Amino acid sequence: MTAIETEKLTKDFHLGFWRPRPYRALDALTMTVEEGEVFGFLGPNGAGKSTTLKLLMGLIFPTSGTARILGKPVGDLDMRRRIGFLPENPSFYDYLTAEELLEYFAGLSGLRGEERRRRVSVSLDEVGIGGERRMKLRSFSKGMIQRVGVAQALVAEPSVVFLDEPMSGLDPLGRRHLRQLMLRLRDRGCTVFFSSHILADAEALCSQVGIVVQGRLMAIGRMADMVAFELRGWEMVVANLPDATREKLSGRVSMTALSNQRYTLELPPNETPHRLIQTLAADSVEVVSLNPIRTTLEDYFVSMVNAAAPRDLEA
Amino acid sequence: MRSILLVASAVYRESVRDRVPLTIAGFGVLLVFASYLISQLTAGQDLKIIKDLGLAALNILGLFIAVFIGIGLVAKEVDRRSIYTLLSKPLTREQFLIGKYLGLVMTLAVNLAAMCVAFYAVLFYQDFVASEGLRASWPAPAMDPKLMIAVALIFGELMLVTAVALFFSSFSSPLLSMLLTLGLWIAGHFNADLRQFEAVVDSAAVAYLARGVYYLLPNLAPFNVKAEVVHAVPVTTSHVVLTLAYAGVYISAVLLAAMAVFRKRDFK
Repeated sequence: MTAIETEKLTKDFHLGFWRPRPYRALDALTMTVEEGEVFGFLGPNGAGKSTTLKLLMGLIFPTSGTARILGKPVGDLDMRRRIGFLPENPSFYDYLTAEELLEYFAGLSGLRGEERRRRVSVSLDEVGIGGERRMKLRSFSKGMIQRVGVAQALVAEPSVVFLDEPMSGLDPLGRRHLRQLMLRLRDRGCTVFFSSHILADAEALCSQVGIVVQGRLMAIGRMADMVAFELRGWEMVVANLPDATREKLSGRVSMTALSNQRYTLELPPNETPHRLIQTLAADSVEVVSLNPIRTTLEDYFVSMVNAAAPRDLEA
Repeated sequence: MRSILLVASAVYRESVRDRVPLTIAGFGVLLVFASYLISQLTAGQDLKIIKDLGLAALNILGLFIAVFIGIGLVAKEVDRRSIYTLLSKPLTREQFLIGKYLGLVMTLAVNLAAMCVAFYAVLFYQDFVASEGLRASWPAPAMDPKLMIAVALIFGELMLVTAVALFFSSFSSPLLSMLLTLGLWIAGHFNADLRQFEAVVDSAAVAYLARGVYYLLPNLAPFNVKAEVVHAVPVTTSHVVLTLAYAGVYISAVLLAAMAVFRKRDFK
């Protein structure tokens, strides 16, 4: 079943006070996301990612086009009981505690009594908020607020979760924790739609991605179809490389000096690394790391961004 | 209805924990007590001064709570973008506005009640220390229950001002909402003069305009019965009922207008 679908969804804003000019923030977005997918909505800053999420949440109204979530129009209240939303850089109420905030939002989603208390506790546990849950939100750091934001999005056990830049403000541990949580949600059958410009997150999590640039959807599809992950070479970091060995290797590999006698060696794809490793071992060179260089989502993303024509200011 | 009450109780909880209304109410309580000291400077008019100052403190400080918290109900929520999460829940924009309004009315009621308790405490003390002769000279008893008529009308006025603050904050910035609400409160107290405007101008167009503005702006003068209550001039039941009914109609109209604006607003 389709979790999210948009049909020529378009949004124009008006810029300027005296002579407002239309500015097309989103241009005829047509896409579908199936249930149970982790969908990465990618794009550079100002591409239209947050505009799309606000349209899907009914926070702004489309200039034209339609959007449906779980087969229902975006304003449908029953449907909203089944979704969760984390806005970009969320902000809540200074004088409520994390627990009170979640109880409030769980109540709005129709949860009551013991079930409400249980879901609040489970959601806060899931994002790693422990004893701090009884502290007022004004004392929370940005990362902690982000975690509370994720918890409130999950409190009603939604079927679809929308996360706008969910990794923003999180420390490396928090990011890893959230990545694991998103995969757990997928395993439970929940659809996760998240916007990001951090491609490593999308690569690690998504089964499908959409790339939006200057308000236009440039590409959408399965990661495996988009990025071939073909081998483009090898990257080796070595230490204690003597001058004689460097001379021997020049011409075969490209070398970049790092600090403390370390070098990065880049091998073409046809040069198998174990032959080079044998040569290096014979000269007592220490191999620090060896990694394949593949076509990444980043390469694909950059090609899409470069391919996009400059945005028309006039809608 | 449940969603509205949830929003209202969250507003109330957030407001009572915020220091602003507490500080204002605390200041009101202090002012009521100070009225006793001020009254000592005026021979023979002690009780009237206490009642005058006490009711004025209730009115002005209640107004500050209505305006400062009222403008924050929506405008600050939009400014800080906390509205994004709230409106993504199964909650209509209309339920959001009514919940916010009821939450502030609850906050106002509690703060006004606290100031009233302080007010009656001072009056009780005044009554306790007064001689029999002095008591006989008062036009109304110290613990006059009719003071509650003035308090009820002050509360009605503040409910109306809160609705106006909510209306302005549904489409403008916090600062602009505050200025517009305070401006309307001042204009509302002189609104009755507009009704007589046609008697002093020749132009029919200006007279119609004045009449139009008179009906558009809130007429707050009838809510002010402080002088009557203090001087034991009777305030009729019909005046109280009609004034509160007017407040009810005006509040409903303003809230409907706020909903109409808010329903179509884009939260960029």
